[in-house]
Amino acid sequence: MKIHEYQAKTILRAFDVPVPKGQVAETPGEAREIAREIGGRVVVKAQVHAGGRGKAGGVKLADDPDAAATAAGQILGMMLKTPQTPPEGIKVLRVLVEEASAIATELYLSITLDRAWESHVVMASQAGGMDIEEVAATHPEKIIREWADPTLGLQAFQARHLAFGLGLTGEQFKAGVALILNLFRAYLDRDCSLAEINPLVVTRDGCVLALDAKLNFDDNALFRHPDAVSLRDTNEEDALDVEASLHGLNYIKLDGDVGCMVNGAGLAMATMDIVKLAGGAPANFLDVGGGASPQQIESAFRILSSDPSVRAVFINVFGGILRCDRLAEGLISAVKNLGLKIPVVVRMEGTNVELGRKMLAESGLNFTTAEDMGDGAVKVVKLAQRARS
Amino acid sequence: MSILVDKTTRVLVQGITGKEGTFHAFRCREYGTQVVGGVTPGKGGTTHEGFPVWNTVQAGVQATGADCALIFVPPPAAADAILEAAAAGVRLIVCITEGVPVNDMVKVKAFLARGASRLIGPNCPGLITPGQAKIGIMPGHIHKEGGVGVVSRSGTLTYEVVHQLTLRGLGQSSCVGIGGDPVNGTSFIDVLRLFQEDPATEAIMMIGEIGGIAEEEAAAWVKAHVSKPVVGFICGQTAPPGRRMGHAGAIIAGGKGTAAEKMHAMEAAGITTVRSPADMGATVARVLGRHA
Repeated sequence: MKIHEYQAKTILRAFDVPVPKGQVAETPGEAREIAREIGGRVVVKAQVHAGGRGKAGGVKLADDPDAAATAAGQILGMMLKTPQTPPEGIKVLRVLVEEASAIATELYLSITLDRAWESHVVMASQAGGMDIEEVAATHPEKIIREWADPTLGLQAFQARHLAFGLGLTGEQFKAGVALILNLFRAYLDRDCSLAEINPLVVTRDGCVLALDAKLNFDDNALFRHPDAVSLRDTNEEDALDVEASLHGLNYIKLDGDVGCMVNGAGLAMATMDIVKLAGGAPANFLDVGGGASPQQIESAFRILSSDPSVRAVFINVFGGILRCDRLAEGLISAVKNLGLKIPVVVRMEGTNVELGRKMLAESGLNFTTAEDMGDGAVKVVKLAQRARS
Repeated sequence: MSILVDKTTRVLVQGITGKEGTFHAFRCREYGTQVVGGVTPGKGGTTHEGFPVWNTVQAGVQATGADCALIFVPPPAAADAILEAAAAGVRLIVCITEGVPVNDMVKVKAFLARGASRLIGPNCPGLITPGQAKIGIMPGHIHKEGGVGVVSRSGTLTYEVVHQLTLRGLGQSSCVGIGGDPVNGTSFIDVLRLFQEDPATEAIMMIGEIGGIAEEEAAAWVKAHVSKPVVGFICGQTAPPGRRMGHAGAIIAGGKGTAAEKMHAMEAAGITTVRSPADMGATVARVLGRHA
């Protein structure tokens, strides 16, 4: 789960990671008040879950409170388009108004899981403010890494290695070591999957500050962080993704026209692949899970058919825990309640498959049945093409 | 022959009094697995649907000589259940639970590294040696005794390949679902090593997913150590970067972990790759020289 920069900075403050003075505003008037309280030059930053905000016009400097209000007025309500947003952009509903820092040096700092090491890795680089993936690709030697022990965590000597590697000296070195250890503490305590400070800056007056902050949480650990759950902003997510998650379904909108409904993540990915190989394009990833109920099947079908770009649906289920008769029951009831406006290809296999097939055949509804995955993909792609022409 | 489990394996089900635990304890026993009982703290001394229940894994092991634990406890308690089984000296721990926090698994792995227990999973279907023992949630009837070893990060996609193999008359020596989480107990390499050493395994089918570098590492290991034919498939060829495809581990991050890279690594290691998931069984038949 992702959160906003202003929310991440509130958490970091609680762990003594220094961040610039600032507050979030939803109106130009609030932005003016915050700028007045801070005094002096401020920066007004769009709060959306996407990087590249500066280049897209979502970050503006303001010399006084009125200029802050004007900047906020320009940013609030805009559809911010960056390489990380959907093509139409994301509507900006909040801005962070912060004291502007006079930057001497820009650095990079992040913590994430290293799957190969099966532990957390802290990465630091003097190439701050830049696209770190590009630095990693072109100058891997410019990134220093320290792996935390799985049980002991990050040690002080490791934080010193990183701070020396960042070129920090004197008071900034001490501040940097403390910042790194505190950031690691926040990352672990809140079950983050990513903590990224880009840039981490040394200001002209010698402060070490997290100028930007990104925290992502491990979805599997949210049960022990109710406070983190309350930070979720569904405005940032696709409406269908949000509805799917309410029904315990795993749905991701893609840009094709063949709707897919599958049980299990691996088989769902493989189904998208085979649709593509058959010359079609999947409209979504949808995993109904191992033990979906007829109600969940019906919700899944409703979500699929409410996507206007879907021209045909491919249902591919290998029933283990999810029995084929329950799938058929859910499908029949969904179609009876919602109507069948687009062609549906059903391929099912596994527990109670004969019963499931019989139920579909006797329902009088116009399902197209498939022998196997390959057959189903070819049929659904043909039906989608026909619907397009 | 088999790897890891056979007719003599004695299984304790942790979380046996829950809905899932009860259901699958029955299915495993029906298949022929020796399910010797279960563990639910606070319900020790009772009998649940005919299965004796103990308060602790230790007590269950002492009473039954169980050497395998099958875990169905909910995510908040799953790591603790794994540690309890390891502390009781259980040789093989199979954790089905989906949704275990990554941090919990990081600690569990460090703990397991100090002992002799092997963990399969979490977030996996378990493992089966057809005709001998089923320790997991896979539909038993689709399997057939034979010589193909199957190892996979996915659940239902494993059933798919097993179904394709069985339809062609190709049985399986053992099928192991290693799970879709970023940190798991048993790796592709661990299972590949067991298949290479198992005289009953003639060929290996390996199913990977996008995300991480486990498939690349496994491919390099195959090149150096495996003499048996290996067929590989990677799902997620069409997955966009930065979006988690259901499994916590299935995400293309930082431009790494794409299906194309993994397929390429496999081909470079001499693994026969399959592009279409519909062709997995046929490809195994072909490398074994059988056209069924």
